[in-house]
Amino acid sequence: MSHDAIDVGTGVAGLTAAVRLAEGGARVLVLAKGVGSTHLTGATIDVLGNPYMGSDPFNVGEAIARLPADHPYARVGGAPAVAAALDWLRAQVADGPLEGYEYAGGLERNRLLPTAVGALKPTAMAPVTMLGGEGRDPVAVVGFRQLKDFHPALVADNLARAGIAARSIELDVAVEGRADANAQALARHFDDPAARGAVAGQLAGRMRAGERVGLPAVLGLRDPARVWRELEHRLGRPVFEIPTLPPSAPGMRLYAILRAALRRLGGRVILGAAVTGPLGAGARLDGVRAAVGRREVVHRAGEVILATGGFAAGGLVLDSRWAGREAALGLPLAGMPAAGEPRFTAGYFDEQPMARAGVAVDGELRPVGRDGAPAHANVRVVGASLAGAAPWREKSGDGISLSSGHRAAELILGAAARPAVAA
Amino acid sequence: MSAAPAAAGGEDAVSVGGAPGGVLGDLMRGSLDHCVKCTICETHCPVSNVTPLFPGPKYVGPQAERFRVAGEASQDASLDYCSGCGICTQVCPHGVHIAEINSQARARMKETAGVPLRDRILGRPTLAGRLGTPVAPLANATLASRPLRRVAEKVIGLHREAAMPTFAGRTFQRWARAHTPPATAARRVAFFHGCGTNYYEPRLGEMTVALLEHNGCAVEVPRQDCCGLPLQSNGLFGDARGYVRRLVARLLPYARAGTDIVGTSTSCTLMLKREAREILGMEDDADLRLVSDAVYDVCEYLVMLHERGELRTDLRPVPETVTYHAPCQQQGHGIGKPALDLLALVPELTVVETDAACCGVAGTYGLKREKYDIAMKVGADLFAQIEAAGPDTSVCDSETCRWHMAKATGVPTVHPVALLHRAAGLA
Repeated sequence: MSHDAIDVGTGVAGLTAAVRLAEGGARVLVLAKGVGSTHLTGATIDVLGNPYMGSDPFNVGEAIARLPADHPYARVGGAPAVAAALDWLRAQVADGPLEGYEYAGGLERNRLLPTAVGALKPTAMAPVTMLGGEGRDPVAVVGFRQLKDFHPALVADNLARAGIAARSIELDVAVEGRADANAQALARHFDDPAARGAVAGQLAGRMRAGERVGLPAVLGLRDPARVWRELEHRLGRPVFEIPTLPPSAPGMRLYAILRAALRRLGGRVILGAAVTGPLGAGARLDGVRAAVGRREVVHRAGEVILATGGFAAGGLVLDSRWAGREAALGLPLAGMPAAGEPRFTAGYFDEQPMARAGVAVDGELRPVGRDGAPAHANVRVVGASLAGAAPWREKSGDGISLSSGHRAAELILGAAARPAVAA
Repeated sequence: MSAAPAAAGGEDAVSVGGAPGGVLGDLMRGSLDHCVKCTICETHCPVSNVTPLFPGPKYVGPQAERFRVAGEASQDASLDYCSGCGICTQVCPHGVHIAEINSQARARMKETAGVPLRDRILGRPTLAGRLGTPVAPLANATLASRPLRRVAEKVIGLHREAAMPTFAGRTFQRWARAHTPPATAARRVAFFHGCGTNYYEPRLGEMTVALLEHNGCAVEVPRQDCCGLPLQSNGLFGDARGYVRRLVARLLPYARAGTDIVGTSTSCTLMLKREAREILGMEDDADLRLVSDAVYDVCEYLVMLHERGELRTDLRPVPETVTYHAPCQQQGHGIGKPALDLLALVPELTVVETDAACCGVAGTYGLKREKYDIAMKVGADLFAQIEAAGPDTSVCDSETCRWHMAKATGVPTVHPVALLHRAAGLA
């Protein structure tokens, strides 16, 4: 079937664009090689952090306004566009299938929330189940011997180094007869009222006055808000989730919420479809070509959104001669170090010359060539494929994905709402 | 979705690759090097999510494969708890052929460990069909007899509660021989009906022919045998290849003549489209590739006709509510859910799309004594959604899934064609 719009990619950027388009009445098809990065990330919405952090508390909106013009946040329309995207996601989560599960926060200030190594990471918006991680009250970090990817002593030690009184508790839980378990198996364990009751029972006698409880983010997949409130009630103190290594239960929740919205709105998804190139070569593409199994098929659409990610996801690729390109449509990359220039520097967390490489876009997120003119009038590039950001350094990846995905959909819906201009 | 049918001058439907089987086999296995252990396959595995007996696709797939020595069998018996639904391959964002690697490793394991008699029987539905059809009342009474099913469970390991189809007592092939096609037609179509339609659901075959004829197709029904999928699922690759070759020989004249081959069984059409090439390593079989490229799922085909404005949409209202479940192997086609597009054309029909990847049965997996409970747990979410929707009918493209779902929910479960046939006024 031909569609109004094709979105390529199922991460936060792609799903946001697809759901927003479907909400606006567009017939949307999502094509993706597989499931995207939601399952791998903590599902907090980090908008902008460390390098731009001048003062504390830190106003994210003001910092966005100071970014250079080629930064993705400038391309999407600055702080107001980012704020609109945050508002939209907050409403999606609140109206979603997980009763009482909400996101809180905005651009007014960053919250410092503990990570799985006990570092304090600046984030603009997070699930309510994580908000108790903010502040300087004492913390008991609780882990499970069977969860091999979360070490409460490491978290507690690093929190203590940051000046927060913290200690660790390690519990034994029998998880489905498994010798070891990942965060998903633990989350299923917490879905069971009896099982989580037993955990609360183990903890209740070990709490100290004035102490908060930090747990790995495994408080259920089916009804996490209820699990969280139940634990707070049983323990009589704030309880909060700390994001884990993959698989990420909060990420799976976010995926489930956006996927349910897309299903409800009639959007279609095809996984296992790798987009191999454009359909048509004119100023407006007719759609895309995709490899599915042993076949190549074509999908027609009036609009195409590329949300395929950066180098890590395979949305951008490098060949053996260090020539980079965007993988699906073969778009050129901006920001690549020139021949002979250094590509990387020794300091892992320093500004890396390769970091800001990506697809350059105009103010309507359309990919541009060297002359700055859009290559295709009906293609928009969103998320980690965009040039001009250093997400892991800026802590901006989630915010860029969300706001660019949302903005691309708004631009398409806005153009469709305007009367057609005679050619 | 618009791979153009061959009859329409299909320059869109071209084969990717075309490399010889050995090379493609290496590509399947070699794809494990793209695994970054992100765990996305594990989060979606319907089996490892309900039982610790299966440690998950990443463990037994790309991770264990690195330790398997060429020519030696895998020693990890948990591999046999993979249901072969293929969802791991569908969700992998890095293109690792996890399900294919697992299927191949399981076949190597079974080469040394041996294949139980039960799996040899389940692997040959045409044998059961030929034996049962002439004595259908007796065969059906046997399958419905609780004492005999208990004996069957003990002796051969077929679970006593597993949903079994009912022998129709006649074959679709016999009906097709006697059927007179319309005098004029816009195009020719060859119907690959599969074993389920031939022995158990001949009515589905009749409805498919009527619906295709109603939409301007002259339907030819080649003589045909099993596609080999049940043998492949049970690790009997050598026998499975024999069935593929025989079926391909039957369908080849149609593919050569540029006639589209349309099927109603999503797992059997997937076998011809992909699995025989990717799992059985038959990529170097030029005849198979030719047939493979001509095969379409019936809903996929009807949507393509609709796109070209060649599908009749003068449909009667069906003022009912149905649930639609796209089976795991239908999703392996990578064609989305064309049944939803077709059912949306039916006036007054309310369609509830379920949110479940697999009903649990996965072909013959859920029929086995040691796996039935797992299959029921996998399907529990789907069954609950169907029951919550309270539909008049439940709709699903794959026959073994329909039988399993109908038994578990008590809701009559039909192929999408059955509803379209009604809406077209052909019932």
